[in-house]
Amino acid sequence: MNKIMIASALSAAVLTTTVSLQANAEVSACLITKTDTNPFFVKMKEGAKAKAKELGMSLKTYAGKIDGDSESQVAAIETCIADGAKGILITASDSSAIVPAVKLARDAGLLVIALDTPLEPIEAADATFATDNFLAGELIGKWAASTLGDKAKNAKIALLDLAVSQPSVGVLRDQGFLKGFGIDVGNPNKWGDETDPRIIGHEVTSGNEEGGRRAMENLLAIDSGINVVYTINEPAAAGAYQTLKALGMEKDVLIVSVDGGCPGVQNIKDGVIRATSQQYPLLMASKGISAIANWAKDGTKPQNTPGKSFHDTGVNLITDQAVEGVDSISTVEGLARCWG
Amino acid sequence: MSQLNFSVVTNSSNDTATKESVASFTTKERGLLQSLQHTLHRTPSLVPLIVLVISLLVFGLLLGGKFFSSFVLTLILQQVAIVGIVGAAQSLVILTAGIDLSVGAIMVLSSVIMGQMTFYYGLPAEAAIAIGLSCGALMGYINGLLIAFMRLPPFIVTLGMWQIVLASNFLYSANETIRSQDIEKNAPLLQFFGEKIHIGGAVFTYGVIAFIVIVFVLAYVLNNTAWGRHVYAVGDDPQAAELAGVKTKKIIVSVYVLAGFICAFAGWALIGRIGSISPTSGQFANIESITAVVIGGISLFGGRGSILGMFFGALIVGVFSLGLRLMGTDPQWTYLLIGVLIISAVAIDQWIRRISS
Repeated sequence: MNKIMIASALSAAVLTTTVSLQANAEVSACLITKTDTNPFFVKMKEGAKAKAKELGMSLKTYAGKIDGDSESQVAAIETCIADGAKGILITASDSSAIVPAVKLARDAGLLVIALDTPLEPIEAADATFATDNFLAGELIGKWAASTLGDKAKNAKIALLDLAVSQPSVGVLRDQGFLKGFGIDVGNPNKWGDETDPRIIGHEVTSGNEEGGRRAMENLLAIDSGINVVYTINEPAAAGAYQTLKALGMEKDVLIVSVDGGCPGVQNIKDGVIRATSQQYPLLMASKGISAIANWAKDGTKPQNTPGKSFHDTGVNLITDQAVEGVDSISTVEGLARCWG
Repeated sequence: MSQLNFSVVTNSSNDTATKESVASFTTKERGLLQSLQHTLHRTPSLVPLIVLVISLLVFGLLLGGKFFSSFVLTLILQQVAIVGIVGAAQSLVILTAGIDLSVGAIMVLSSVIMGQMTFYYGLPAEAAIAIGLSCGALMGYINGLLIAFMRLPPFIVTLGMWQIVLASNFLYSANETIRSQDIEKNAPLLQFFGEKIHIGGAVFTYGVIAFIVIVFVLAYVLNNTAWGRHVYAVGDDPQAAELAGVKTKKIIVSVYVLAGFICAFAGWALIGRIGSISPTSGQFANIESITAVVIGGISLFGGRGSILGMFFGALIVGVFSLGLRLMGTDPQWTYLLIGVLIISAVAIDQWIRRISS
């Protein structure tokens, strides 16, 4: 018995030494995503891995079991601290609940960068690399208004949002769309308080096809004259299209979306969705890894994009029907840069 | 009137203590209540039917023509069809005093298998569908074996199976959606249940028709075949059923196999409804199907209730969801009211059960 204990103590000591030796040898980083099933995060992981390999860093990846699983992410942060990582890239499932764990990591000398989803407050992380979701919404709003021209004054708009809890990404895209379309948004921190009669209603979709289909049905039951549909992402848009097609309305309704996933861009090419704002998860992750490398080398922190509270990784409007005054790229270019 | 009821009650009770206590409380008022209790006991789908009719009337009065249009009423059917088909599978399981938490996951994985077989292995759609349906039945078979022969509790087995199937679903599909346009072009048979019949403003998808057919066929089978009566017997009292010569283990396995098969069928119908094959759909189908079953008055203790009740239960949920949305209320009210309905349904079930205790 004693022998076994001594043996295990020894091997533990040997293990610790090896780990610390490794830590000295190369910079290690962690990537923590909401889930590892969503193509968006899969692409993120790809970007981070490629960059880490290029810079000769070691990378460990963690993910929650489902979207909203904050406990697993807290455990992952603790593991990264114990592991001696130099920095953490995280897309937080719960942007407020994760803050104490992030503080723990920063106090331990790790650089923490929020990817895609800003923490609440945003300063809780050393930096945020994300899409400007408000701008993403604004681009499709402007495009829809310009495409409709004079008819925009009498448009009937359906808004297909993410969830009743109004997560920030959904609110920013929704309110950005309305502002771009030329509608007074009221309180920009929530959707649903607008008074413009052109808005038929907001409905939630969970960001998938099934939810998109049902949400569109519900809003059409309220008003069958809907002719503009904003959707939180492309799967929801595909679901909404299915409803419109079932009613023979698909030609008369303008669907716009946000994301830029490959099936989504393909759907633009096929005329299912008319325009989408594309974001770049791979870029977020690779820039994040570079930032950790710099931090490990000489302690420099990444800078925010001028005029913004985060580092903007860019967004492009994709459509095959470009309009004057709104910059856009074609589906060919969009497909070359798409994810998922 | 009350005398007649009294005799019915005593006939069905088999110990003297109950007889005395019932006898000492027999009044005319109690007699009427018992009469109602007895009717509900014999026809368990009556309560949800009454609730459905009342809720239709209430929303009709509040919303008028906007609600009582053939478009909206048939839309409700379309919105509950998938959960309803899964609910039929869930009803079978719950009638045996079991529960199946893996129904939604089996449904989604089966639909993903159908898609992968067609698009990545190049099989014809017919073969892909047959494989998908068989996989659903196989997953049900594993559930059934573990429950009947390993004697593991259904809740635990299906809780585990839910996780296993859902994880397989995400691993296998890499969470990639197969687009509606590709399915339409290459394998339209997968979208068969999205086809529809128009009768005036009413729209009946094949999915809705399949839902109704499944419910009525199962209702017939459960009431009029030996297998059906055995399912009830196993749920009511497995020991007694065993003693009476029912092969309880075989019945339980067959129920889970059929449930898995029906879930896989729901997966096929799901492709028709949402057009594409999406690994993220049906996340709450297990809870929603249990909700329909419970509101439909099927007892979670097994052996009592009717699949028609589940049919009405699913429709009640659909009427509430769409009705409240048309009134423009916050969606949370829908969940709140459905919560109230669930608890009321179980309370009524307990009250009805007292007649037989």
